[in-house]
Amino acid sequence: MKRFSWDEMMNRYPAFFAIILLVVALIINFILQPNMFARDTLNSNMRVFLPMILLAAGQAIVILGGGIDISVGGIVSIVNTILATQVGLNGSPEKMWTFVLVSLGAGILAGAINGFFIAFLRLQPIITTYATSFLYVGFALFILPNPGGGIPAEIANVYRNTTPLGLPLAFYVIAVVLLIWMYIRSTRFGNYLYAVGGNAEAAYETAVPVTWVLFSTYVVSGFMAALAGIAITMLSGSGNAEIGVPMTLTSITAVVIGGTALSGGIGGVAGPVVGAITLGIIQNIISFSRIDTWWETFVKASIIVVALAAPGVINLLRRKKV
Amino acid sequence: MRKFSISPPVAAILLAIVLFLLSGFLPNGFGNDINVAIAQATNIVRLAVFLGVIAAGQTLVIISGFEGIDLSAGAVVTLAAILTYVTVKGEDDKVLLALLISLAVGALIGFINGLGITFLKISPFVMTLGMSGVVTGLIIIINHGNVSGKVAPIMTRLIARPLSPDIPIPNAIIIWIIFGFLMWLLLERSTFGKHLFAIGVNRVTAKLSGVNVTATNLAVYSLAGALAGFGGFLLVGNTGVVFINLGQPFLFPSIAAVAVGGTLLSGGKGSYWGTMAGAIVLTLITSLLTTMQMPDSVRRMVLGATLLVMISIYGRQRGFRQ
Repeated sequence: MKRFSWDEMMNRYPAFFAIILLVVALIINFILQPNMFARDTLNSNMRVFLPMILLAAGQAIVILGGGIDISVGGIVSIVNTILATQVGLNGSPEKMWTFVLVSLGAGILAGAINGFFIAFLRLQPIITTYATSFLYVGFALFILPNPGGGIPAEIANVYRNTTPLGLPLAFYVIAVVLLIWMYIRSTRFGNYLYAVGGNAEAAYETAVPVTWVLFSTYVVSGFMAALAGIAITMLSGSGNAEIGVPMTLTSITAVVIGGTALSGGIGGVAGPVVGAITLGIIQNIISFSRIDTWWETFVKASIIVVALAAPGVINLLRRKKV
Repeated sequence: MRKFSISPPVAAILLAIVLFLLSGFLPNGFGNDINVAIAQATNIVRLAVFLGVIAAGQTLVIISGFEGIDLSAGAVVTLAAILTYVTVKGEDDKVLLALLISLAVGALIGFINGLGITFLKISPFVMTLGMSGVVTGLIIIINHGNVSGKVAPIMTRLIARPLSPDIPIPNAIIIWIIFGFLMWLLLERSTFGKHLFAIGVNRVTAKLSGVNVTATNLAVYSLAGALAGFGGFLLVGNTGVVFINLGQPFLFPSIAAVAVGGTLLSGGKGSYWGTMAGAIVLTLITSLLTTMQMPDSVRRMVLGATLLVMISIYGRQRGFRQ
């Protein structure tokens, strides 16, 4: 039998470390909150994690392609304000459906704007999406200057309380996202994505349509951000133009904790999904461990830094030994 | 066919001058009064000093390449400002000590960033993002809601006031000019600067040509931290008060200033003059939008659109088809 090899596991499965981290976090969370696997607790946790999971999955596609998308939070905000102002607290389910479609269109459009500047005009992703994040958050503020509005409680409850076969709705959404990802990965587009992320010049030389692949990653990210916006609106039930702003950097952290390298071309979508759940559980642990409120930010950030550093420390120690 | 080209710092300064002249036509602009115009221009440059100094460290880190970026700059600025505030306690003779503490603490944080990036192979984006969280956490712990301290009179005199009643140039601008000259010496006339550009262009060739890549990288991040600390010291000298969110609003503008100034975000090419010009343009646009009393939403959208236009003009990467 082949001996278990750490290096091989780390190389072949970039999400390997993310899963270890998730298991550790789950165990700690379980000790602090023994009922966490009860149906209601599980559902209330998962519905909070879902927006970030969707956002991280979209971000992962962009990062795999060698870019980065700082405007995702802005897209979440736009979708949230569209739904909160257009559907309203007394809106009908038909109206909700219409504006869900409008929101998805808005997300795709916003992603296409990013993609146009980055793929066709060849601007640098980080600064371009930083600029568009101003456009998008500004637009969200334009739609809804002050927090308010919302969607009907009955519609929000569909998201909050649907548990088919006793499992949270989020599980089904995650399963669908992962299945689609597995399919995409097996297609030609999947190969192109890794090729462009790994070395765009070389991919171009070998006749990969680099421009279109790059463009499409931002469109996917915009679409996923719109889904995340819909999810977070149904979770909160109300509108706030700043709702997405703090989510951007968290989504990037989730991707990296999930083993997908910021340099592009390494990793996948499953890892970032696990990373997003792990970040949510870390937040849970912190609120259940009853640490001093003043220390919360410090403890949380330290845990994240340690989690980011751990694979590097392990590699460093192993290299010393050999 | 030779394409029309203009160096980014010059373009940025030209843009600033044109915008400033146009702003004279605004209802509450300077109109025909040359003295008011000069006073306004001086004031904008004075405000740009703080962004410019904070962006200095960012310039170095970005030139060093390898996705280099410092997202902890904002938190370090706040920490240095708070430390200065509590150390000085209104006494002139403690100012030098406070300056040294600011520089040392900044350098230490930057050094930790450098360790994580060089030895643990954490990508600079997430390493410095995580560090930003840790430093913010520290600030919350130290601060505990309120700090008692005071800025020394000598700081206000040296930073916020003009040189003498006859010469209406604020000292901050003079400090900035000297600072800019020192940065030029560092980048263009020192061995460190040569090594910095070398590792920014290509780490492997730099290493083969005898550059100590590890040491240079550690030095760059430490220096960037120290410069952010210096920025915090200057900032508190100008504002006279500290609060938890003092430095964070400077973070992304500092990256934008570097990009607008023509420094490639992929590293290896750039100048501090460009960053200075970028800082002036960004400050000018922000203050113009404020004077025009635009709502927050429009302000953000205009800022985002301007940034997009500016980087579209000269921030483009080389096309694949060469």
